[in-house]
Amino acid sequence: MEQGVDWALVRESLGPLLRGLVEGTIPLTAVTFVLGLALAVVVALMRLSGVRVVSAVARAYVSVVRGTPLLVQLFIVFYGLPSFGVTLDPWPAAVIAFSVNVAAYASEVVRAAILAVPRGQWEAAATIGMSRTTALRRVVLPQAARVAVPPLSNTLISLVKDTSLASTVLYTELFREAQQIAAPTFQFFTLYTVAAVYYWVVCLVLSFAQTRAEARLGRYVAA
Amino acid sequence: MSEHTPLLSVRGLTKSFGDLHVLRGIDLDVPTGSVTVLCGPSGSGKTTALRCLNTLEVPEAGTVRIGDVAVDFSGRVDKRTATALRAQSGMVFQSHHLFPHMSVLQNVMEGPVVVQRRPREEVRADALELLDRVGLASKAEQFPFQLSGGQQQRVGIARALAIRPRIVLFDEPTSALDPELVGEVLQVMKDLAGDGWTMVVVTHEMRFAQQVADEVVFMDGGVVVERGAPAQVLGAPREERTQRFLRRLLDPI
Repeated sequence: MEQGVDWALVRESLGPLLRGLVEGTIPLTAVTFVLGLALAVVVALMRLSGVRVVSAVARAYVSVVRGTPLLVQLFIVFYGLPSFGVTLDPWPAAVIAFSVNVAAYASEVVRAAILAVPRGQWEAAATIGMSRTTALRRVVLPQAARVAVPPLSNTLISLVKDTSLASTVLYTELFREAQQIAAPTFQFFTLYTVAAVYYWVVCLVLSFAQTRAEARLGRYVAA
Repeated sequence: MSEHTPLLSVRGLTKSFGDLHVLRGIDLDVPTGSVTVLCGPSGSGKTTALRCLNTLEVPEAGTVRIGDVAVDFSGRVDKRTATALRAQSGMVFQSHHLFPHMSVLQNVMEGPVVVQRRPREEVRADALELLDRVGLASKAEQFPFQLSGGQQQRVGIARALAIRPRIVLFDEPTSALDPELVGEVLQVMKDLAGDGWTMVVVTHEMRFAQQVADEVVFMDGGVVVERGAPAQVLGAPREERTQRFLRRLLDPI
């Protein structure tokens, strides 16, 4: 049965899908990106540590998480952990799985960005009395941030779209909202296209923000 | 400590990188308010010796004392002592290593405010005075990339002085500069010597050494070959190696 686009349904669904975006997709993206990034810095520093065991643990973490599908990780956390008596609601399960996943990818970006800061910067910081931690916070990470913004923007934009996988662990977000409206009406094309447009708009906004961030962080570099 | 005790004292400094023995027992005494120039051919160990004075390189053996902080590197050196020694000196690098993401003024204020936790307003006044001293008060709000190489190096000097060190270490401060910018940096250093700063300078600028240094230390192969007043070491060197080095410096082709 061919139906084409049901414009009335498009108008009706805009509101509920927007709610799915604002109440589901965006909070999940924002929270997991912040947690993931914080964890990424820790993992990157572990990886750069001179202590071999610490660096090996970080390496193993990145290897396992990057080497297994995100969907499988999500299923292990939500459907697998109950076998060990750990039953999580959709929100915490999604936050854990996505944060752990993002951190693995972002840690490599952070590590490369830290290594891109010249060694002389660490030395100059040391000669004015800074500890390694202070030098990292005041001197190295601010400069690493400039290098990291373009690749981290990639990570963030991927994350926005990947959160649609959270629908499989019953977390209510944009895509699950679209599925639920589509199911009784059979208007799959219409609903999924509206959802796609919403994702695209969010990514457009993020690309714009990336340009702004790059300009801001690049203002101390000769053109 | 009597007033004749040198501010900086080094005994038996030894350092190797793998099989390469860079320092084979260096002794050095630098009295308060004096300027010591370390010179020597590339690979002689002069920069390594300088970097050992603030533990940017950790020597294998030997002692370094600045003021009343003494460190014996033969044993295990704890972090606290190393930090205390480092706090005694300021360092000016060959390629300045200014913090590119901070304004000139922030560069100078960073150490006193963040590390020494002195009041911001007081530090700001001090920093502006230091920038004035190196002739850059008008550049306080600029970023380092907006300055010339000579100006960047003068900011580097102001940053090193801002932490109120007892001694200032210069690691080939003019080697990375275009020739026409060397003079302004040397002039600032000469002014600082005139103000009574204690300085140890690794440099190939022999005219600076002649005019400003109290002692010239010539190093080669990780040892001190010859030391003395600039007129003697540079004017009438006793050692054959010193003579050869100076000949090559004056007459490179």
